[in-house]
Amino acid sequence: MTPPPLLEVEDLRVEYLTATGRVRVVDDVSFTVRRGEIVGLAGESGSGKTTIALAILRLLKAPAAITGGRVLFEGRDLLGLGEAELRRVRGRKISLVTQSAMSALNPVITIGEQLVDAIEEHEGVSRRRGLERARRLLELVGLDGARVASYPHELSGGMRQRVVIAMALALEPPLIVMDEPTTALDVVVQRELLGEIARLRDQRGFSILFITHDLSLMLELCTRIGVLYAGRLAEAAPARQLAAAPRHPYTRGLLGCFPELHGAATRLVGIGGTPPDPRHPPPGCRFHPRCGHSLPACHVSAPPRTVVGPDHEVACHLLP
Amino acid sequence: MRYLIRRLAFYLVAAWASVTLAFVIPRLMPGDPEATMFARFHGKLDPEAMAALRRTFGFSDAPLAQQYVCYLGHVVRGDLGVSVSYFPARVGDVIATGMVWTLFLAGLAVALSYALGTLLGIAAAWRRGGWLDAVGPPLFVLLGAFPFFWLAMLLLFLFGFTLGWSPVRHAYDSGVTPALSAQFLWSVATHAVLPAATIVVATVGGWMLDMRNTMMTVLGEDYVTLAHAKGLSPRRVMFRYAARNALLPSITSFGMALGFVLSGSLLTEIVFSYPGQGYLLIQAVRSLDYPLIQGLFLTITLAVLGANFLVDILYVWLDPRARTRSAS
Amino acid sequence: MTALMHNRRALIGLGVLAGFALLAMFGPLFAADPSAQLALPLSPPSWQHPFGTTGQGQDVLAQTLAGARTSLVIGFTVGLAQVAIGALVGTTAGYLGGWVDDVGTLVINIFLIMPGLPLMVIIAAYLPTGSITIALVLIVTGWAWSARVIRAQTLSLRDKDFVLAATVSGEHGLRIVACELIPNMASLLASAFIGATIYAIGAEVALEFLGLGDVSHVTWGTNLYWASNDSALLTGAWWTFVPTGACVALVGFALAMLNSAIDELGNPRLRAERGYLAELRRHGVRPGVSTPVLRREVS
Repeated sequence: MTPPPLLEVEDLRVEYLTATGRVRVVDDVSFTVRRGEIVGLAGESGSGKTTIALAILRLLKAPAAITGGRVLFEGRDLLGLGEAELRRVRGRKISLVTQSAMSALNPVITIGEQLVDAIEEHEGVSRRRGLERARRLLELVGLDGARVASYPHELSGGMRQRVVIAMALALEPPLIVMDEPTTALDVVVQRELLGEIARLRDQRGFSILFITHDLSLMLELCTRIGVLYAGRLAEAAPARQLAAAPRHPYTRGLLGCFPELHGAATRLVGIGGTPPDPRHPPPGCRFHPRCGHSLPACHVSAPPRTVVGPDHEVACHLLP
Repeated sequence: MRYLIRRLAFYLVAAWASVTLAFVIPRLMPGDPEATMFARFHGKLDPEAMAALRRTFGFSDAPLAQQYVCYLGHVVRGDLGVSVSYFPARVGDVIATGMVWTLFLAGLAVALSYALGTLLGIAAAWRRGGWLDAVGPPLFVLLGAFPFFWLAMLLLFLFGFTLGWSPVRHAYDSGVTPALSAQFLWSVATHAVLPAATIVVATVGGWMLDMRNTMMTVLGEDYVTLAHAKGLSPRRVMFRYAARNALLPSITSFGMALGFVLSGSLLTEIVFSYPGQGYLLIQAVRSLDYPLIQGLFLTITLAVLGANFLVDILYVWLDPRARTRSAS
Repeated sequence: MTALMHNRRALIGLGVLAGFALLAMFGPLFAADPSAQLALPLSPPSWQHPFGTTGQGQDVLAQTLAGARTSLVIGFTVGLAQVAIGALVGTTAGYLGGWVDDVGTLVINIFLIMPGLPLMVIIAAYLPTGSITIALVLIVTGWAWSARVIRAQTLSLRDKDFVLAATVSGEHGLRIVACELIPNMASLLASAFIGATIYAIGAEVALEFLGLGDVSHVTWGTNLYWASNDSALLTGAWWTFVPTGACVALVGFALAMLNSAIDELGNPRLRAERGYLAELRRHGVRPGVSTPVLRREVS
């Protein structure tokens, strides 16, 4: 039996409102995160994956605006909430781990204070009790509890990212949005941290929306994966299914980009060309200028979503 | 400590440069600077005192290097010569009384204006597109375009002469004796309101625009987004996360603008006949009191350097990164 | 340049400046002799003397126009000279680096930190009074502001590909500075020039107000000097100082508008933000912390 959905994103649309017109950066994207799941969103830079992450929390900055769709969390549409209600969701129901650990922490106050801030805000506990909890949180992510008195610049990149994760765990939210949590780190630290994230998830049972450009990382960690291209969802499938039988030419291209570490074959298929300029997207299927199999229909109309298996959807004209 | 020591070294070099400038400028000028400088003293000083005054400025028949050393020695000992316009008072003593009033008036007004402008800047950046953000910048740019002393004249004309709400000159009523009495303090306070208001009105916009712009930059930082993502109240994000960081560059530019602002407040003193450094400066200019002009230049410059050093200390105190840099 | 023409602030700024330029050029031809005593001293504005008369019975309108001529000429000349010196020192220090930069930066910082007014006074007090003295003093005390920004810009441009390419291809340093660096900081130079001019006009007026200029010469600064000497405030003769101050402020405001327009052109984010706020207003949505949701189309 599939667990109940925690987060349902339906036809989400995000546009930049500029003086010269609207630029659509997320175009009718839909996906679901169920309880206890790790769902991945993959895509090149500019595909809209970070935009989606921040749109869920309603934290996109100007000139972005959400111009369509629904974001249902535990059945409630976050797009209809006021500021005060959103504040009660942020941190306590959905928390965020951002991309760059270097700039994610306030440089002028201690780590302890930054952890306590959230606890104090939502639970009204005293600073002393809060600090005690902050210490335990740091230990939970594998840091020395005495680090509460440290300033961010006194920590390494990996340690800072652990602090950000501790911050996301502080109020035990059911969903954590992780936007490229390991990108800025070197490979060894990346591995460690991913192991830590998986361990914590098994321990605590929260769901993760995991966003990265690194599809191989995602295949290891996630239960289900959505592949974004130029603001649209190209393919969504369970991780194993995606790895074994990708259906969208873009997904196949992405998977072909990986060097096989264990196999002898060194067939490396890249994808020619570059992602489109979001201000002037190509008509029809956005991928057709780079697609090796494009049909006349691809130049004219956007492909509809086709269900090709359990939890497996593809948006491509090549499918019957 | 290393950061502060480096700053201190810079201030020492700057102080030396200004002392040297005061030595060089008269000697670069056309004509006979010595004759110009001391013409006013003729008939006032006996030959011996005159010779002593010349030595204070290094004027002698000795080579330039020796003149310079002699002059430096006097400056370091705090001997700035004798004032013409306040004859026979020594320049050091004349300046000391003026310094108290300038520190009081300019110090108070600048601190007030900086605090107010910074708060307005925070508010304008926070309510982007709000009325304060829309009305504030152009209004303050316009206010800032008026010459300082002209605003002083206008305020003095309106509130001092036309409406009679405020005293029009000096730091306190001539009827009260300076003492720690309520009457004296009240008199001082009422006399300071209008000049201080001038300084605040003329400078508050600058601080506001500055803070607004740095706030805009800081609001784009990841740690502000993450603070929001923690569900913190707007007030907490605004002050603890955004403003607390925006304050750092703002303090640096505060230090840099201090000399400019001080120059403006000296002009304000002149309009209000407020007995501070500015008022002394105009007295000195009107009576061509060169020893006093030079003394004022040196003390005002040193005061600005000192104030900048205090700003540096404040910066180090506010920025933990500068603290550890200085510890290493 | 064409973009400037479509910017509201730039148009306001340029319009006001052009107006003042015309007034300064041709105004004095039609106005009365600014130095002659024409009427009773301190008479209030009337048909004959729209701005009233001074304590010496001179026509304030004529004085304001004549003052515009000298003050604007001094202001723009000094602004230009400051930027020229600033560019020379700034690019040299920034481009050559090493000890040249260390010394240059030190000198720039010392001039920046010294309070302007006392320095101006001490220089002006020794020189013969006159417009040239004033201009010289303003250049000496103000060049460091331009030098600072130009040096910073030079440092950031120096490592750009096109400069590196020119260096590698063996071009002469002077040529690189003149042909590669300077043209690439046009908007910075323009805004430094405008800033320097604002400073110069304000400081010129201040110095002459102190009586450090040639007080027999008609400029905006000496107008205010005489206004305060003739006890304009005491006698309620507001018209002797209000027009001049308003002119100084208008010119300063116009220059500041022009500067902010240049800033906006150089910073697309500022422009984007404007369009965004306008669109939100159309939808009746107030910008706040959270991303706005506009689910319905508004035509």
